[in-house]
Amino acid sequence: MIQFQNVSKVYPNGTKALNDVNLEIKEGEFVAIIGLSGAGKSTMLRLINQLIDATSGSVLVDGVDVTKAKGKKLREVRRQIGMIFQGFNIVKRASVLTNVLSGRVGYHPSWKTVLGIFPEEDKQIAYRALQRVDILEKVHSRASDLSGGQQQRVAIARALAQEPKLMLADEPVASLDPITTVQVMDYLKKINREDGITTVANLHHVDLALKYATRVVGVREGRLVYDMPIKGIDKPRFFKDLEKVYGRPIEHDDVLEEV
Amino acid sequence: MERLIVPRPNHLRRNLIILTVVFLVVGSGWFAGFDFVQIFRNFIKGGRLLRRMFLPPAWSYAPKVVTPLIETLRMALVGTFWGALTALPVAVFAANNFIRNPYVNKPLRFILNIFRTIPAMVLASLFVAVFGTGPFSGVLALSVFTFGLISKLTYESIEAIDYGQVEALMSLGATKVNVLRYAILPQILPQFMSYTMYGFEVNVRAAAVLGYVGAGGIGQTFEHNLAWREFDKVGVIIVISFFVVLVIDLVSSRIRRSLV
Repeated sequence: MIQFQNVSKVYPNGTKALNDVNLEIKEGEFVAIIGLSGAGKSTMLRLINQLIDATSGSVLVDGVDVTKAKGKKLREVRRQIGMIFQGFNIVKRASVLTNVLSGRVGYHPSWKTVLGIFPEEDKQIAYRALQRVDILEKVHSRASDLSGGQQQRVAIARALAQEPKLMLADEPVASLDPITTVQVMDYLKKINREDGITTVANLHHVDLALKYATRVVGVREGRLVYDMPIKGIDKPRFFKDLEKVYGRPIEHDDVLEEV
Repeated sequence: MERLIVPRPNHLRRNLIILTVVFLVVGSGWFAGFDFVQIFRNFIKGGRLLRRMFLPPAWSYAPKVVTPLIETLRMALVGTFWGALTALPVAVFAANNFIRNPYVNKPLRFILNIFRTIPAMVLASLFVAVFGTGPFSGVLALSVFTFGLISKLTYESIEAIDYGQVEALMSLGATKVNVLRYAILPQILPQFMSYTMYGFEVNVRAAAVLGYVGAGGIGQTFEHNLAWREFDKVGVIIVISFFVVLVIDLVSSRIRRSLV
């Protein structure tokens, strides 16, 4: 589904974010990427949908080399990839429905979507997406009136409206409290399992990675230093393993609940 | 307890700045021939003039003021409309977070800056020379002036938006126009409306004097009466214009506060 082939990324300011990364993610996996901030997690996600471009190497999504895709071709790749963000990034001054419908813009000519013309099926898709994350009753609310957890659910609904094959989540719960964190992660897991949507999430809390992911990838200073299917792995061993990723023992701040 | 000795603060820079500012103000005043004696000497003359204007103003003339005043407001309204309408798309191209190409937005900004430095009065006299006297020249002047004002404020707003929303739209396969429609416009529209209302306030004031160079509106009536030394009529024009501008400013700034 996703292949990183010798991918490196150097930012214009000289920061080496990724250094010769090779990774293959298979369909249906729930991969958690963990690592310290600045390790290159966000860069990895953004390379998959080309929000940033690679300095060298290629990234393949469903066999298509996205690093070479441009214009319409790139937009067609992107519309199959949902993405949710730490800051939610929904349009605060628009209604929930407009936000979710905007997930459909990749499927229609621009002149129609700019005028706000969406076919009736698209509205049904939007309603169903909102229903999946249990927030359909807010369909006509203004997005800015919702709480953080609700806004993130709208963001998930927008991604679902894309009918994506792949879901990227960039620190999806870092601005949420522990209770809404679990809710949002549960929705992501449900979508991954029920729809078979491959999910790649950057997570700050290692215990969330252990609970929700099927596989954990650790990055440190731009290199992959850990890659493990974590089914049935026990917590003490997992945490011991992660010392490689963090370069230090797992601390209180690295987990959501108690160690 | 031992006294702590710290070095004295260095005020050299501050003192130099104060000295420079004082020098500039006094120097310019002297250069421009500013003279307090002159002010006092002309006080009595000025008082006599004010009495002729306002004690009492020629109220019977008031109905004659209405038509040119409405013309002034119309000029301001139409000028603001065209100025704002053209400013929005140009601002989009001048914003460096939407058009990443510096060869597009750098020259564009330069042109916009030139537009903004030309006072409405100068534009009006220019258009009067080309299109002749009358409100049409005034409207053109106000349009160009408003365009310069609003395009600058708007492209700065666009550059200050939350870029995360833009990124989100890009990530789901949106074209540039869709990014504009769904991520940028919703964020800047309230500010843009507010700038437009502000433009209207400025334009009402500007339109009131544009008649002085023959570009229509109440200024023309004002100039006419002043030339005939009909000071009591001038008084009426001043009083009525003052209240109309005041009301428009109050209402408009109230609306603007609720917008942003």
